[in-house]
Amino acid sequence: MKDMDADSYITEDGRRIGGVVMEMRNITLRFGGVVAIKDISFDIREGEIRAIIGPNGAGKSSMLNVISGFYNPQEGEVYYKGEKRPPMKPYQVAQQGIARTFQNIALFEGMTVLDNVMTGRIRQMSSGLLAQAIWKGKAEREEVKNREQVEKIIDFLEIQHIRKTPVGRLPYGLKKRVELARALAAEPSILLLDEPMAGMNVEEKEDMSRFILDVNDEFGSTIALIEHDMGVVMDLSDRVVVMDYGQKIGDGTPDEVRNNQAVIDAYLGVAHD
Amino acid sequence: MPEQFIWGMEVFLNGLMAGVLYALVALGFVLIFKASGIFNFAQGVLALFAALTLVGIMEGQVPFSHLINAVFGTEIHHFGWHVPAFLAILLTMVVMVALAWAVNQFIFRHLVGQEPIILFMATIGLAYFLEGFGDMMWGSDIKKLDVGLPQGINSVIDEVTYNIFGYGFFIDNLDLWATLVAALLVIALVIFAQFSKHGRAMRAVADDHQAALSVGISLKFIWVMVWSLAGFVALVAGIMWGTKSGVQFSLSLIALKALPVLMLGGFTSIPGAIVGGLIIGVGEKLFEFTIGAPYLGGATEIWFAYVLALVFLVFRPQGLFGEKIIERV
Repeated sequence: MKDMDADSYITEDGRRIGGVVMEMRNITLRFGGVVAIKDISFDIREGEIRAIIGPNGAGKSSMLNVISGFYNPQEGEVYYKGEKRPPMKPYQVAQQGIARTFQNIALFEGMTVLDNVMTGRIRQMSSGLLAQAIWKGKAEREEVKNREQVEKIIDFLEIQHIRKTPVGRLPYGLKKRVELARALAAEPSILLLDEPMAGMNVEEKEDMSRFILDVNDEFGSTIALIEHDMGVVMDLSDRVVVMDYGQKIGDGTPDEVRNNQAVIDAYLGVAHD
Repeated sequence: MPEQFIWGMEVFLNGLMAGVLYALVALGFVLIFKASGIFNFAQGVLALFAALTLVGIMEGQVPFSHLINAVFGTEIHHFGWHVPAFLAILLTMVVMVALAWAVNQFIFRHLVGQEPIILFMATIGLAYFLEGFGDMMWGSDIKKLDVGLPQGINSVIDEVTYNIFGYGFFIDNLDLWATLVAALLVIALVIFAQFSKHGRAMRAVADDHQAALSVGISLKFIWVMVWSLAGFVALVAGIMWGTKSGVQFSLSLIALKALPVLMLGGFTSIPGAIVGGLIIGVGEKLFEFTIGAPYLGGATEIWFAYVLALVFLVFRPQGLFGEKIIERV
């Protein structure tokens, strides 16, 4: 049995889930008069696959943008690794080790797959501008080391055959995988996936599910993902937050969430009063 | 060998080297356009400003001396020292980096996400501001710039060609140096852009802002870096053109010579800027030599480059090396 209150536990399939790595406390986000997120709290544990689900327009993407620093909430606090996080720019959040993908894919279309994935390593490259310009010693060793890690990820996600292809020429499903590779290359403490299965056919969805599970298993990555397709998420995640109209209506294991009346109502479309 | 052909060869070589100088200016445009989508009208003034600052530092001029004297009733113009060229170039580079920072901090940071035409207008404003600022800082008199680059006819080439053709080519030493420096600069820039961390980050920012942010790239840092690089290229161009024809206002007009080069080479390609510059340089010199001077009354160099660029635009709107424009329906 899972014990949510203990600091860590072992899942049924033998993965170790650690303590809380990120906690959202009473987050409220408004755009003008529109409340996108209303007083939501939840946490993400180390090593788990945490899903945020909900119908279209529920505020899932807004929540992901709060975590990744693209939006700063008007109220509430974000705790990361036990410390309260001040308002930050997205690139600063990324430098702290939170990598993400985008619902509509944001890749560098003019660059090759390899170059795209290499940009994910920017956080790991420490050589200064001058060292880079002179291109010797440390910078070179760093580049070699980063290349090795990148090649490992490329192999793992089975995109070796398109390494040198400009991303702009790739089909949608492969682009999604390259974006995952780039995020993974950052060796993030938290990997945020914004609708990783959006717009995919059944076969591609199965592939992507397998990759997400494998990534979590092989690299021990903590993954938080957004999805509106409930079926996929239930098989994949350890715990699920359910949002509707900007509010949290459920939080727990897939089984708990599946039997939650509010969640069933939201998905079957019961009238709100 | 017919005389005409031999003269033509000399014209060709001189055209190549003039082209290198055009390419140097065009490079500055390409760098900023690639990384931020800004067509920097101020690139020519940047070269003028860099050259003014370099001369000012070398001569030990007191910056803003006119203003200082007017306010405090003093009569100071010079510190009374001379700074060696190498050190002065380094100090000028520091000034150009500071300028890059200021340009980003006070102008372009506030215009993120605006239409390209608005960014373009901002660079026109910047160009005229910088022109006045440079005047105020260093005075508007024509200055001589000498950083120790050799000038005058290259006697080796003169002698060798005389022995072969019975006619000595006139090749200026300064042009030879400019070619060498430009070649090294381009190689360094290409290596930097393709293989370094910051070069990759620069290309990433040029491609997609949101994605760049998400992998931890600071847009501000990259923009300041790119404007600094453009300032550096402007400094090199300013040194070459300034040594050739003196540091004066007309230096800023070399930017106009870079436009046809860009139309030819494409706004996004570093090699394109070089090849475009060479084609324009050779093209206008050869045209003047073969058709312009004998049949059209000369002075075709003023407009030939633009006509050549127009013809290219009609057949290849993205330029020689520009990214292909593909419309998907």
